Amino acid sequence: MPFGNTHNNFKLNYKVEEEYPDLTKHNNHMAKVLTKELYGKLRDKQTPSGFTVDDVIQTGVDNPGHPFIMTVGCVAGDEESYEVFKDLFDPVISDRHGGYKPSDKHKTDLNFENLKGGDDLDPNYVLSSRVRTGRSIKGLTLPPHTSRGERRLIERLSVEALTSLDGEFKGKYYPLKSMTDAEQEQLINDHFLFDKPVSPLLTCAGMARDWPDARGIWHNDNKTFLVWVNEEDHLRVISMQQGGNMREVFRRFCVGLQRIEEIFKKHNHGFMWNEHLGYILTCPSNLGTGLRGGVHVKLPKLSTHPKFEEILTRLRLQKRGTGGVDTASVGGVFDISNADRLGSSEVEQVQLVVDGVKLMIEMEKKLEKGEAIDSMIPAQK
Amino acid sequence: MASSFSRILSSKRNIGILSLVGGSVTAGFLLHRDHVSAEHVRRRYPASAEFPDLRKHNNCMASNLTPAIYAKLCDKATPNGYTLDMAIQTGVDNPGHPFIKTVGMVAGDEESYEVFADLLDPVIKERHNGYDPKTMKHPTDLDSSKIQSGQFDERYVLSSRVRTGRSIRGLSLPPACTRAERREVERVVVDALSGLKDDLVGKYYSLTQMTEKEQQQLIDDHFLFDKPVSPLLTCAGMARDWPDARGIWHNNEKTFLIWINEEDHTRVISMEKGGNMKRVFDRFCRGLKEVERLIQERGWEFMWNERLGYILTCPSNLGTGLRAGVHVKLPLLSKDPRFSKILDNLRLQKRGTGGVDTAAVGGVFDISNLDRLGQSEVQLVQTVIDGVNYLIECEKRLERGQDIKVPAPIKQFK
Repeated sequence: MPFGNTHNNFKLNYKVEEEYPDLTKHNNHMAKVLTKELYGKLRDKQTPSGFTVDDVIQTGVDNPGHPFIMTVGCVAGDEESYEVFKDLFDPVISDRHGGYKPSDKHKTDLNFENLKGGDDLDPNYVLSSRVRTGRSIKGLTLPPHTSRGERRLIERLSVEALTSLDGEFKGKYYPLKSMTDAEQEQLINDHFLFDKPVSPLLTCAGMARDWPDARGIWHNDNKTFLVWVNEEDHLRVISMQQGGNMREVFRRFCVGLQRIEEIFKKHNHGFMWNEHLGYILTCPSNLGTGLRGGVHVKLPKLSTHPKFEEILTRLRLQKRGTGGVDTASVGGVFDISNADRLGSSEVEQVQLVVDGVKLMIEMEKKLEKGEAIDSMIPAQK
Repeated sequence: MASSFSRILSSKRNIGILSLVGGSVTAGFLLHRDHVSAEHVRRRYPASAEFPDLRKHNNCMASNLTPAIYAKLCDKATPNGYTLDMAIQTGVDNPGHPFIKTVGMVAGDEESYEVFADLLDPVIKERHNGYDPKTMKHPTDLDSSKIQSGQFDERYVLSSRVRTGRSIRGLSLPPACTRAERREVERVVVDALSGLKDDLVGKYYSLTQMTEKEQQQLIDDHFLFDKPVSPLLTCAGMARDWPDARGIWHNNEKTFLIWINEEDHTRVISMEKGGNMKRVFDRFCRGLKEVERLIQERGWEFMWNERLGYILTCPSNLGTGLRAGVHVKLPLLSKDPRFSKILDNLRLQKRGTGGVDTAAVGGVFDISNLDRLGQSEVQLVQTVIDGVNYLIECEKRLERGQDIKVPAPIKQFK
């Protein structure tokens, strides 16, 4: 819950050791970094909108984590969080993003023409292709911290921008709180509808407050470009279609994003971005490109091969079940996507997906014929 | 900011000392509405932009929160910094059910009941059947010797239980408390409990440190409480930092049990198998008074005032905070269409044997008092005793093929 200034000053009347959380049983990036001394150094600070270190870490305190899965354990409440609580976020970012240093610069490249190939993934294996990212509106607080008034402003600005799109991007907005049963049914069938978050990683960070006020879904008439408003980020932008033409998906992604950004800039509301962290989002894991580009691909044989995990790691890819994060795969179909977000550009990350999936399909075909794939295993990318 | 805080903190401790010397009436006077200064909160958007959408809501907060009240209170905070938005968050996030009307708001500290009185008073009035905190006084009576015929027919009553809650004055309540405050509640209470004697001698089991074996034993005894999963509680922030500073204390005889830092600072439970409600209530009163004496020795006291009785997190638990109940076999009566009306008129409620929001199993029901505020502990327990005896009579009559009568409704405080 976001506390105001008065509450944080009240806490300062207690000693550091009295307020320092018990993280002895915790396994997340925040817990690994936040010593008592660091907590003591940060606890009297707040961002201009009043976000404090306790607000940042609450989700990580409440969710000790899993021995095998390392969650981030902290969130930003606004753009300034990454500056004011730099001493906490920098090491967390470094741990999460492969050693990314405070002095590193992040490259943004949304020029889809720089992508090589990607239009010929075998449709016998690749069922669908999808690219998503997030965007935050500069000057406004993020979902863990927004008040109802601010969230409604985010919705208003987003809907204004989206409904002014035309051509292949002409579409409609469906607010969660007033959609009809028929609309809801259709959005579920299209796999577009997002639900109130149930994951405690999100609810403990305060992101589900006031649900479903000012939340909604916009999509184009073609159902290939979709925007979620006020879920885990201000905007989640998704380009998707059946089949393996990732190139087309990425083209539409880049063009649509740039159109939206132009409109926001015209109204003096750019997106949060800087040259060190790229696009600023709620969760530090989504900094940089915030991009997850992936496919649903049939790999029944490869996925049971003992070297599957190693192949994925070398290709800088990750697997998920077909329901998204923290779900299981069904019928040998996996969601394969880029593992990196920060330190490489959008084009680079989608290139890794395109090249990597192509290679894995070749491997699958080899395994179908009963042949070995050891010679095909790539070097670490 | 820091200096005004320390003035408030020291005045709370002074009130503590004053109450030892001058009685709690003095303390109650000093915490009167006029003396609680509300802090002011910086706001970026006007109240009209922030007012929650409550059109699909069915809870007491939503029924009583008008845009005018919201505008008046939204920039105020208690001295500890608790705001209206925090108090109502659980009611905004949980629209409720057409059949079950929840309260929809909580208090973050004792001062919430003063600073947000313009909303809490009508909520309290609605929830507690017309009790008006502005004009009425709540009677407290823990003299269990006044109870009459408190032994039930044990062919029907399987177990008897009385629970309440107590809050430590000067420390914020579970929705708002910081980790340091929560740990202080634990320290104060555990320290006091270690001074209990005779049949009340017992042991504390901290949730962070209990062994697997201790945990299993507490589960088998039906004592262990879990991290809250109900969104009514989690949306109010009560599960933060779990399981830090949470724990269970019980006496060696396993008849007196205290939960620390669950939904309230403390929940105090007296229970036994069988139907000796009188003995259960005796122990309840004796234990409570002992604990109160022990914390006062150390310079602390319970939150209490004469208009609201004992102050707890949820407005539904104000007054006595008392739920006295039995697990009772009523297989025939529970199928009679008049069952609900009979319970209503006796001012009783039924729950399943798992507690609130569970189903009954094998015709066994949890029957307890409906009311909390406006009547004393003795009055409420007597109501349960009289009522349950009547229900057992009905069951016996139905067993013999005789008809039963719906009793006249019991008069309430008004």
